[in-house]
Amino acid sequence: MKNPQLSRRSLLGASAGASALTLAACGTSGPGGSGGSGEGGGGGGATYWDLSGEPGESITQGAVDAFNELDQGTVDLTFFQNDAYKQKIRTAIGAGQAPTIVYGWGGGGLRTYAEAQQVEDLTSFFEENAEVKDRFVKSVWGAATVEDKIYAIPNESTQPIILFNNRTVLEDIGAEPPTTWEDLMSTIEKANSAGIAPISLAGQSRWTSMMWLEYLLDRIGGPEVFERIAAGEEDAWLDDAVVEMGTKVEELIAAKAFVDGFESMAADSNSDQALLWTDQAALMLQGGWTYGSMKTSGNGFVQDGRLGYDPFPTIEGGNGDLANLVGNPAGYLSISSDASDEEKEVAKAYFTDGVMTDAVAEAIIDTGGIPVVTGQDEAMAASEDADYLQWVYSGTQEAPAFTQSWDQALQPTVAEALLVNIEQLFLGSITPEQFAETMNTETAG
Amino acid sequence: MATTTTELSSPPRDGASPAPARAAKERTQLPHVLFALPALVMFGVFALLPLLGVIALSFTTWNGIGAIEFTGLTSWKEVLSRSSTWNGLALVVLMVVATWLTQTPLSILLGAFLAGPQRYRNVLAVLYFLPLLLSSAAIAITYKSLLDPNFGLASGLNMDVFALNWLGDTTLVWYVVLFVIAWQFIPFHTLIYQGAVRQIPQSMYEAAQIDGAGRVRQFFSITLPQLKYTMITSSTLMVVGALTYFDLIFVLTQGGPGVATRILPLDMYLTGFRGNEMGVASGLAMMLVVLGLGLALGVQRLGGKDASASQMEGA
Repeated sequence: MKNPQLSRRSLLGASAGASALTLAACGTSGPGGSGGSGEGGGGGGATYWDLSGEPGESITQGAVDAFNELDQGTVDLTFFQNDAYKQKIRTAIGAGQAPTIVYGWGGGGLRTYAEAQQVEDLTSFFEENAEVKDRFVKSVWGAATVEDKIYAIPNESTQPIILFNNRTVLEDIGAEPPTTWEDLMSTIEKANSAGIAPISLAGQSRWTSMMWLEYLLDRIGGPEVFERIAAGEEDAWLDDAVVEMGTKVEELIAAKAFVDGFESMAADSNSDQALLWTDQAALMLQGGWTYGSMKTSGNGFVQDGRLGYDPFPTIEGGNGDLANLVGNPAGYLSISSDASDEEKEVAKAYFTDGVMTDAVAEAIIDTGGIPVVTGQDEAMAASEDADYLQWVYSGTQEAPAFTQSWDQALQPTVAEALLVNIEQLFLGSITPEQFAETMNTETAG
Repeated sequence: MATTTTELSSPPRDGASPAPARAAKERTQLPHVLFALPALVMFGVFALLPLLGVIALSFTTWNGIGAIEFTGLTSWKEVLSRSSTWNGLALVVLMVVATWLTQTPLSILLGAFLAGPQRYRNVLAVLYFLPLLLSSAAIAITYKSLLDPNFGLASGLNMDVFALNWLGDTTLVWYVVLFVIAWQFIPFHTLIYQGAVRQIPQSMYEAAQIDGAGRVRQFFSITLPQLKYTMITSSTLMVVGALTYFDLIFVLTQGGPGVATRILPLDMYLTGFRGNEMGVASGLAMMLVVLGLGLALGVQRLGGKDASASQMEGA
């Protein structure tokens, strides 16, 4: 009688223990687990998370594949969708599950990682490897630097936000690419009366709506207004230009400027770009990176010269220069402090011999991007996208100001509050004054 | 261990010798607490421990990656002063009520209908339960594509009737969410009711027929009262479930447009993992736990004291 009971009990105990162990094991065997795949000849492995979506995905995959052939260790690459990645990476870093190589946008997000000592200080690495640092355009280091220390290597391409247009549609409705606010409003009117969506916007993603605000604020108040906001100056959000910017958004909403249902469209599915290349929309304000994907998926839209691109219009009485740009100076790669020394070595070797090699720069140019490294003028001139590339390249060189995307420049907590309020502003649920006041309290709090 | 043994060997408290039936009953209860141990361990490790963690976190300020600062009631003050907390709470209560009102009557009617003996009803039932097999994420992605104003069903079939701003209009989006949730969960509750209706003794209906009761009368006088306890079970699942419709809404609308569908669980997630305010998010989580427990207990109460007693035939 005693024995079967005992064995039953121990069985239960064992099974409970075993399942607890299994579950606990699930918890720690994330991608950051140090049991990396060490099959690479020259050393261990580093994990690397990057954004999915063409053409960047193929380029990064190519860069990693080429590096893995070099026998300096193995980089294990995983792709995530943009919006999903932004949430996942912070949780992963907070939980100590970060990949060895962390993709980011620099700015405020990198600052919080650096302050929490979650990413490696790379200053001495770049001092020892000056030739790596010197490959890059000087202006891109700002967003990688926190208190004079460098925490990331720039990557991929310079990505200003560009007002794209569909030339065929503009011609059909008898409009020119808008250069002033009045032009823009009349284009919107013409498009609406022709039954075509004036502006394609994937509003659910919210950073897409934010791009409108970035340019509006720049053109109205000049780049200094956001500089003060980003520096955390008191009452910087209460600037008249911020309210004026909100009023312009109200004007756009009242004129039915944005495509029907923009509130529920997400940029991850590229449907905003699809509206433009399927001749269903006249204009689209989007990052320069969409040029590549419109070229790959647009059924000849880009190749046939139907894609137009122009600076964001000026606003009468505003302080902003027509040549001012907003956007992302570059993508950035950091190294997680939690990684083992072996993993860090592989990551640094990848930074030296894998990131932004000539082959990568060439691949970026092939897809219509401006690589963040110097000495690519010839390659750009020889490209089939030479017109666009040189336009963007000279634009970024000559811009009096290149404001970093707001959600990247600000602290993540403030950035989220900003995105929530932007969505409300575009829905008309809050007034421009409320927007300015809420953001001011959020920043102060 | 020791306590159970003594309890079993000790004489009955009232001094009277136990009736044989009662002794048999006690013997079937013999499997003691050890059997529950794996479940208790799981519950402790995966429910109680995180719960304690959340309670602790709600008294801190933490951005998810830096140091955790103990800041007393700061996060709680924030929880109670944010407009989005109250918006989320109102939406979640509305969601519970609306879900119950739409799903319960339909589930009962469908369940009663499908409980019939005819073969075609089985075929219908199989077809009908298909949504049960799909995950919330798959359902949300499918509906999101179908309802896309530019590339969805409306433009695909060229039917302007469907060309509404389904997910982009702050009012309309509510009906869409309720519909999709009903589409997903009514089959489940129908299944419960179908089983319950089949348990009702046929003799009751035969007696009613002899007394001259029609089908409608039979439904209201026999079927519905007999379903009382099933309704309590189903309602508990529905109400507690409605508190957690996170996945579907997250994929379908992201809580938008604006805050139109930002129900409390979603607000909690977005505050924690997108807004990086873990302290505030933990406070919101606590609110949800309390709300969920309260609602579940409330629904059980509605059933009266005997709600958990077994139902004998013809009771």
